[in-house]
Amino acid sequence: MSGSLAFVFGLPLAVVVFFFALAAYERRTGVAVGGGFFQRNGLAIGLYLVLAVGFWAFFIILLPQLAMVDMSFRPKLPPSQMGGPKDLYTLENYRYFLFGSTTSTAEWNWLHIKAFFLTIGVSIVITLINFAICYPLAFHMAQSATAARLRVLLLLLILPYWVNEILRAFAFRVLLSSGGIINQMLMGSGLTNEPIDFLGADVGLYMGLSYAYLLMMIFPLYNAIESLDKNQVEAARDLGAPWWHIHAFIVLPHAKPGIASGCTLVFMLTAGALAAPLVLGGPRTLWFTPIVYDRFYQAFNWPQGAAYAFILLVSCIIFVLVVLKAFRLSLGEITR
Amino acid sequence: MNPGPFQRVMFALYTVIFFLYLLGPLAVMAVSAFNTPQYPQVWPIEGVTLDWFAALFADQDMMTGLKMSLWIGLLVVCISVPIGLAGAIIMTQIQPRVRSLYYLVVVSPVLTPGIIIGISTVVFWRQFTGQTGTRFLYDGVVLTVLGQASFISAYCMLIILARLQRFDRSQEEAALDLGASYPQVFRHILLPFLKPALASAAVLAFLSSFENYNTTTFAILSDKTLTTVLAGRVRQGSTPAISALAVVIVAVTVIGAIAYEIYKRRSDAAAAARQRAALDAEEAELAGRTPAAAMG
Repeated sequence: MSGSLAFVFGLPLAVVVFFFALAAYERRTGVAVGGGFFQRNGLAIGLYLVLAVGFWAFFIILLPQLAMVDMSFRPKLPPSQMGGPKDLYTLENYRYFLFGSTTSTAEWNWLHIKAFFLTIGVSIVITLINFAICYPLAFHMAQSATAARLRVLLLLLILPYWVNEILRAFAFRVLLSSGGIINQMLMGSGLTNEPIDFLGADVGLYMGLSYAYLLMMIFPLYNAIESLDKNQVEAARDLGAPWWHIHAFIVLPHAKPGIASGCTLVFMLTAGALAAPLVLGGPRTLWFTPIVYDRFYQAFNWPQGAAYAFILLVSCIIFVLVVLKAFRLSLGEITR
Repeated sequence: MNPGPFQRVMFALYTVIFFLYLLGPLAVMAVSAFNTPQYPQVWPIEGVTLDWFAALFADQDMMTGLKMSLWIGLLVVCISVPIGLAGAIIMTQIQPRVRSLYYLVVVSPVLTPGIIIGISTVVFWRQFTGQTGTRFLYDGVVLTVLGQASFISAYCMLIILARLQRFDRSQEEAALDLGASYPQVFRHILLPFLKPALASAAVLAFLSSFENYNTTTFAILSDKTLTTVLAGRVRQGSTPAISALAVVIVAVTVIGAIAYEIYKRRSDAAAAARQRAALDAEEAELAGRTPAAAMG
């Protein structure tokens, strides 16, 4: 156990030493000019910068992630046996995700595998739908709306997002419940005689998820399209380009970073959403995050929960990399 | 830009449907907060009541959670804004060959699902506090603040960085040439320049913290914030008191937004007036000097 403490303090120290060595090397070889870090910032401020960023990068970001990954490869043990002879690295938690408990007769752990692929698949579909819903409005706001109108539109867009995620999901429950207004309207108009069970069929969940992160799509799109010179669109129009040519060959290529950033955000938030599945999901709903949650607080199997969380994290990283590759962008371009 | 009448109608229709989708659910929920039935109901309106608001404010758990959320929000602002500022300054000074790696590390929390941040924070600090004998730090509030600070600091950094990139380094050099010390340059030149960005970072940090659920629900341990109490209530069943909470939040927001808009218009007007006065003074000076120059 003292080994891991040495790591916790050793890693940040090693990195800081590396940075100063690199700086000294660059100054000696003439790559960098000017004074050193502490000369440039003064001692007090220099210390503040190093400590604040060091604490953030290591103790808030990196070490917790590493601790989670480390735990996911360990067996579930009572606290007294942690660090003991039984505390060996194992793939048991990942095996469980694929094949289920060793006592079960089923060949694969279908429940969890299905939930995982459903979550990823539905998240991708929701991301695409949100893009389709948001694009026309983002284009209008960025290219043809007047300043006064833009102000109103922005206010209307932001308003729902001050209400937190759980309440937004709750609104959909009120709307779609069997005695809710949608069912009342459907029955009143004679379209159905029985209330439709939107929530049981997960329609409510998917709508709530799409709704929850609409803003994360529209703002990156708006920002990207806004920087496009209006004259380019005008010129294409004057030269007789049909409207879909203008979008496909001028606006979309220009807005690429915004599209990638909106898609990554929406996908990540949807796949990692916990509030909407808890509020809108039925007892038979398959969604991956509540399963992860239950590993911790129902099964009390933390290593297994950590393994499940790591699986989710890896799929999100893969998604981001695929999007970056497909759009030929760097990470810096999409997090602007 | 001359879309035909058909396109115009289609676009108007689309806009109406879009905003109906965006605002409709909230409007429906708001109506149910004033209707008398026990279950949130929109139609028929059986009677108008404010009882659900009374029930909301009488809910002790909810009020304790609210206080906790406000407290955590403040702590997160106090931690994330200084970290974000330091992160942004380091970004402009770090060696170019490691800059993209640094960027990857500090921006990664923005692209990490919230529950993973919550889980990893709890796992790490449980081990760390156990090993260093600082068990008192293994506490819901501390962990929640740390977990939220991971990605909220990144938001703050991105906001501050956007403004920092427009900072004119020659201002700093001029101050140094005139004999200012480094802390003086930082306090009297850099911070005032970054003030608007720091203010918006603080507001955004507070709001993101206040409404966070995914990270908080893991990191809060046995304590409760407004969002975790709310999640529990919603899971137990639907009551119009929950709708009432949404109405209160929207009302506070709209009032805040209007107040901000008025404040901004006033300060814009004041700035415009100052500029005009300065221009007038300059013109007057020029006008006064020209004849003098002609005479000379």
